[in-house]
Amino acid sequence: MTKTPLQFRHNGRDVAVFVDGGVNLLVALREGIGDMTPKFGCGQGGCGACSVLIDGELHLSCLTLAESANGRSIQTLDGLKDGPNLHPLQRAFMEQFAAQCGYCTPGMLMAAKALLDRNPSPTRAEVVEAISGNICRCTGYEPIINAVLAAASGGRARA
Amino acid sequence: MPVTVKTFGSTGEAASALSSDRSARYLGGGTLVMRALNEGDISISTVVRATDQALSRIDVTSSRITIGAGVTFAKILAERELAFLHAPARSIGGPAVRNMGTVGGNLFAPNPYGDFTVALLALDATVSVQGGLGARDLPIEEFLQSRERQSGALVLAVSCQRPATADAFRYRKIARIKPKGGSVITLAAHLPVSSGRISGARIALGSMAAMQIRARAAERALEGRALDDAAINAAAAVAAEGVSPTDNALGSAWYRREIVGVHLRRLLSGLE
Ligand SMILES: Cc1cc2nc3c(=O)[nH]c(=O)nc-3n(C[C@H](O)[C@H](O)[C@H](O)COP(=O)(O)OP(=O)(O)OC[C@H]3O[C@@H](n4cnc5c(N)ncnc54)[C@H](O)[C@@H]3O)c2cc1C
Ligand code: FES
Ligand code: FES
Repeated sequence: MTKTPLQFRHNGRDVAVFVDGGVNLLVALREGIGDMTPKFGCGQGGCGACSVLIDGELHLSCLTLAESANGRSIQTLDGLKDGPNLHPLQRAFMEQFAAQCGYCTPGMLMAAKALLDRNPSPTRAEVVEAISGNICRCTGYEPIINAVLAAASGGRARA
Repeated sequence: MPVTVKTFGSTGEAASALSSDRSARYLGGGTLVMRALNEGDISISTVVRATDQALSRIDVTSSRITIGAGVTFAKILAERELAFLHAPARSIGGPAVRNMGTVGGNLFAPNPYGDFTVALLALDATVSVQGGLGARDLPIEEFLQSRERQSGALVLAVSCQRPATADAFRYRKIARIKPKGGSVITLAAHLPVSSGRISGARIALGSMAAMQIRARAAERALEGRALDDAAINAAAAVAAEGVSPTDNALGSAWYRREIVGVHLRRLLSGLE
């Protein structure tokens, strides 16, 4: 089976990778270019662990055909920090104990970033809605919601 | 197993590729197709895509609105002119699913999905389909009844009349997990009023049969009457007539029959 070439922007850098026909973007990111920050949880759209931003919009990479990412801009957790500086959301997650096992955290952070990019000062209900596609088995969600609100009210969310 | 991905610029080419290959599946947002591929569904060996911009167009210039099959729920939510469709669009999945899932894909989504289609059925939508031999329009009810046979055809768009008033169209989805979750029952009602009486009532139900159906007995109970307590009670009393729900993890068939009248009463009374 021939492989298909794929080119996209990954956290601000142009990358090229060959993929098998029909594979999802999560596989292309993890196995193709070695970005392990999006997690594989269910492969069915149910958990949100694989969430990434495509052209700034929250998408599930496990349900995105890799080839449909051609020429688009993909942001993953790997691109969230600014050099050695954590993103305000990452800092808030640490300060608020919003991660336990940490498996859901990359997806939660991307869902939260998608929200704050659009709405820098969300209400609590808006935060709940924004992370409603992401499952966390450990935290009970409250610390995550508080962390997103803390990052937002700090006014430190950036584009 | 690797599949062949075929991307076409025109819907005509995509439609012929679909109709000439039984193992080809059209990829809309992919929320169901990719799930099948991830699970190793070997019945799909070709994935067909179309990049034609017309598929993601919304036309709201007249009293009739047309929505391209590739329009996502997020795009509907961003369109003020489509406010009457915001409740059904918002009731689907989480934010990522709404950014990806399309109106066209929803027409094929099996239970417990297909919520948007319930709204379209109550609105008496028309489905524009392109087959190998050309394009045609068919009423949504006819489309749904022949859905299994439509698999080789490409849906181009859906269109419907805009409800005359905000109150004339109502939607309600009963789910156990909020804010997202599969449907226990989904209800939509279009109740046009003329001289104080309902004329042309349409009530559609989701998760109450193998596909979205109309509650015809309830429609008859409302027809020609004012939307008062007596009419609402009469409609609620016959809401379960003609339904054939099945048991699933979200609710039993028995439960669905028991509660459909309750929720229809609430929908018609405008209760939360
Ligand atoms: C986590 C999760 C939650 C969900 N929650 C809901 C929910 O609450 N309510 C709900 O209704 N749905 C829900 N869904 C199901 C699904 O996301 C939606 O029904 C969506 O509308 C499907 O559209 P799609 O474009 O992603 O479909 P796809 O996966 O692209 O396609 C689905 C089917 O439709 C066919 N198809 C798609 N577009 C066309 C076209 N233009 N012409 C011909 N055939 C076409 C495909 O070939 C395939 O058979 C959920 C899915 C997931 C993964
Ligand atoms: S791995 Fe994508 S949603 Fe679970
Ligand atoms: S911290 Fe373990 S799943 Fe969320």
